[in-house]
Amino acid sequence: MSATVHPLLRAKRRKAALRNLAFLSPWIIGFSVFFVYPLVSTVYFSFMHYTGFNDPTWTGGKNWSYVFTEYPLFWPALRNTLWLVVVMVTLRVVFGLGIGLLITKIKTGAGLFRTAFYLPYLAPPVAATMAFVFLLNPGTGPVNHILGGIGIPTPGWFTDPNWSKPALTILAVWGIGDLMVIFMAALLDVPKEQYEAAELDGAGSWTRFRYVTLPNISPIVMFAVVTGVIQTMQYYTQPLVAGKVASGIIGNSGQQFEPGYPDKSTLTLPQLVYNLGFQRFDYGSACVIALVLFALAMAFTTLLMRRRSGFLSAED
Amino acid sequence: MTQATLHPSDIPVQGTTRVDARARRTAQRRRALHWVAVHSLGIAAAAFFVLPFVFVFLTSVMSDNQALTRDLWPHTWQWSNFRTVWDTPGFLTWWRNTLLYAVGGTVLTIVSSLPVAYALAKFRFRGRNVIMMLVISTMMLPPQVIIIPMYLFWAKQMHMDGTLWPLIIPMAFGDAFSIFLLRQFLLTIPKEYTEAATVDGCGEVRTLLTVILPMIRPAIAAVALFQFFYCWNDYFGPQIYASSNPAAWTLSYGLESFKGAHHTNWNLTMAATVLVMAPVILVFFFAQKAFIEGVTLTGVKG
Repeated sequence: MSATVHPLLRAKRRKAALRNLAFLSPWIIGFSVFFVYPLVSTVYFSFMHYTGFNDPTWTGGKNWSYVFTEYPLFWPALRNTLWLVVVMVTLRVVFGLGIGLLITKIKTGAGLFRTAFYLPYLAPPVAATMAFVFLLNPGTGPVNHILGGIGIPTPGWFTDPNWSKPALTILAVWGIGDLMVIFMAALLDVPKEQYEAAELDGAGSWTRFRYVTLPNISPIVMFAVVTGVIQTMQYYTQPLVAGKVASGIIGNSGQQFEPGYPDKSTLTLPQLVYNLGFQRFDYGSACVIALVLFALAMAFTTLLMRRRSGFLSAED
Repeated sequence: MTQATLHPSDIPVQGTTRVDARARRTAQRRRALHWVAVHSLGIAAAAFFVLPFVFVFLTSVMSDNQALTRDLWPHTWQWSNFRTVWDTPGFLTWWRNTLLYAVGGTVLTIVSSLPVAYALAKFRFRGRNVIMMLVISTMMLPPQVIIIPMYLFWAKQMHMDGTLWPLIIPMAFGDAFSIFLLRQFLLTIPKEYTEAATVDGCGEVRTLLTVILPMIRPAIAAVALFQFFYCWNDYFGPQIYASSNPAAWTLSYGLESFKGAHHTNWNLTMAATVLVMAPVILVFFFAQKAFIEGVTLTGVKG
């Protein structure tokens, strides 16, 4: 093919290729050094016994069988993640959609309401988590004070294994601003004529929502669910900080902290990488967890890209 | 002027029956009820979102003794709590480190991501879609997946353990999310602009800097904000690389140790929380529009 190409054209093509390479070079370097290399390394270390103080030695599948059969934190963390995927993601999407709908209906002071709904999303996770551990603390927290005042039972929230995940869910629903904005934009894009037509046919508001709104915004709902699942795989700072602060552990003083307080109920997979790698110095097993995390994240990302080929469409 | 404000419904229509008037009044009443319902719901929701901030703030100005009680409203407004937090050893250092990480990281991210995004949006070449797919895949990747080799690299090979450099330097090599967002925005700019500039004899770099850059300012603002917030809020990165050296801690990381040192003083802990939240919220109020545009762009475009 290239034999028939005019030399001038070939020179031009080579110039274009060089130009492309130059523009892409930051990413090419970054991708190789900060992604491909460490990923290959992670696979390598997952078959090695390595503590950072010895030379890595080959152990075959030992790390893998240790993580799946003996490591006491793996299955609780996976169960917690499943719980969070089912309850937290669902509630976030439902509330996000609800708040998005509400904001499109509000006529007076819409800007003020929108800011109020959006603001918690911006609160730094550590600060927000500390705030919620305070708000929900069983002794002097304002929430239990109010609940007690109206005669509702007062749970132990972050100190009770049965209530710690619901408490994290409340925190996650509080920071729903991102979903609200996405749903709001999608709702405003639904063609008005379809609502008018439905109204002429005598459709009530539920029927209009079910047969006009939902079909129109279903791709965005799907997007919210899948990215929600991916975010849940990465869920780290909030459960870790909540567990640490609620357990009364002295901050970062180096005191060993048994992760997942109370009773492993706030453990998530990313915390296990930290626990194995940086508290127990078992880098090999930490890499096994990292690869499990990688497989899960990749599976859902593929799903997302399948569903939204628009991600890749170049409009030319 | 005085006559001009007559509403159509105020004009008596010939032959209007009583039934029509009643129907109109019912419709009006229903609309008013709808307004009240929607706005009551809005106020209830707003309370859920805003009250946590209010309680945190009220607690942050309570006296030490009152913070141990269940009272919601401060008896005396002890503003000096903020002073106490500010003067805590280390707090100013954490502040400076956070600013260095956030500003340095943001600038490097934009400078390195923009050319990549531009190439992916405007140049046609083989493998472009593959690269785009790889960018999206890395965007979705939990940072913990590659942390073990990364840590070993920075600590054992580069001897940068105990600093924030392992977090800042990689940002000079493109950030997947920023590349993605900038590319989405660049796609919306008609080809004609770049073509016209090239015809005028502009090189690609000049076209990017003089023609495209001024047009994509909103996208740059959105990327800058996202990256700034990401660095400001990052807990995992400083925990891995800076934990061994308190002089390199950031606010997000140091805040937690603050709770440890003052564990019964919720008032001081909440004052520190307010001081960590405040800059983020201030930045948001100044750049609200760019931020919301950015969120919309990531979710809805495509």
